[in-house]
Amino acid sequence: MDTNDLIKALAADTRRPGLSMSATWAGAAIGALVLAGLVFSVLLGPRPDIAAAAETLRFLFKFVVAIALAATAFAAMRVAAWPEADLRRLLPYLAIAPALVAVSVVLELFAVPSDTWATRLIGTNSLLCLTFIPLIGLAPLALFLLALRHGAPSRPELSGALAGLAAGGIAATFYAAHCPDDSPLFAATWYTIAVLILTVSGALGGRWAVRW
Amino acid sequence: MSGADDEHLARLLRAAVAGDEKAYADFLRDAAQAIRGWARRWTIGAGVDAEDVVQEALLAVHVKRHTWREDAPVIPWLHAIARHKYVDAVRRQARRPTVGIEGLEDTLASVETEKARDWEIGRALEGLAPGQRSVVNAISIEGCTVAETAQRLDMNETAVRVALHRGLAAIARRFGRN
Repeated sequence: MDTNDLIKALAADTRRPGLSMSATWAGAAIGALVLAGLVFSVLLGPRPDIAAAAETLRFLFKFVVAIALAATAFAAMRVAAWPEADLRRLLPYLAIAPALVAVSVVLELFAVPSDTWATRLIGTNSLLCLTFIPLIGLAPLALFLLALRHGAPSRPELSGALAGLAAGGIAATFYAAHCPDDSPLFAATWYTIAVLILTVSGALGGRWAVRW
Repeated sequence: MSGADDEHLARLLRAAVAGDEKAYADFLRDAAQAIRGWARRWTIGAGVDAEDVVQEALLAVHVKRHTWREDAPVIPWLHAIARHKYVDAVRRQARRPTVGIEGLEDTLASVETEKARDWEIGRALEGLAPGQRSVVNAISIEGCTVAETAQRLDMNETAVRVALHRGLAAIARRFGRN
């Protein structure tokens, strides 16, 4: 078949093109939040003292960081789904959440005596954190990879990693409501590792699923 | 790269998205020309046929046309898709066992006129279900309209359109696979 013949066939295929990317992303975002919320409330639920915790700065700050991560990574992933996207321009946005983490760690190191640093870092429930953040993030990650597959990212692994970061941000937001450890030292260590597990899964998933 | 002026391409593509079949054919022809220009430069010494890259990129443009935003320039979008498909083709080429064609390149190159490069897309075409294949064949190679194809294959027009749509999507999917 020569190229002109191919063009004849393509031009004759007048069925509607695929769902627009903005509709795709809206659907993926809603689905991700619903599924993550469902997994969270079935498996964990909020901690019993959440009302009291909500009045402490450390507890609230976990949400600030997690939501910032989810929002920036989601926005970056949306951009990465355009084939001509220049991903280097996204770096400043992606630096927001790590910068917040770094600031909170420094403030915590000043705020509390150094002999409590280790206990605060180890916390009470790091294994739970490492289990449930990836678990809550699994469905969002799958939806985001599907949305990326519907798009045309020129860097499948990288955009898959962004999907993992966004899923990690969503999962961390939910998990933070359950987690009894509020120290930035704990969050900066274990939440980060948990989110990185999702990020690496996203990169591998991207290589496998986001081909076009 | 005549006809590749971005405003011109954007106008055609906008009309095409609105359902203008003729504008879409014009767009694809001009896009093919632009992609051919890039692909010829990229494929020098790459062991990949430029026209294969053009065809694969056109298929990708077709199935991914919802990733073009009406307010975005067309050429960078087209270029990115073509580049992606070129990289794909090179990777595929590298995985393929090399048959000893050293010394035969000249012969092969001279035989490789307009239609001798059937093998890449042709192979994808052969992999289609028979019904889809005959529809795609009738409309592309034989140049029938949808109505003529329907009549000839004793199908209704909707079924022809569905078969064409699915067939092209399947070709786009398998083109890169090996």
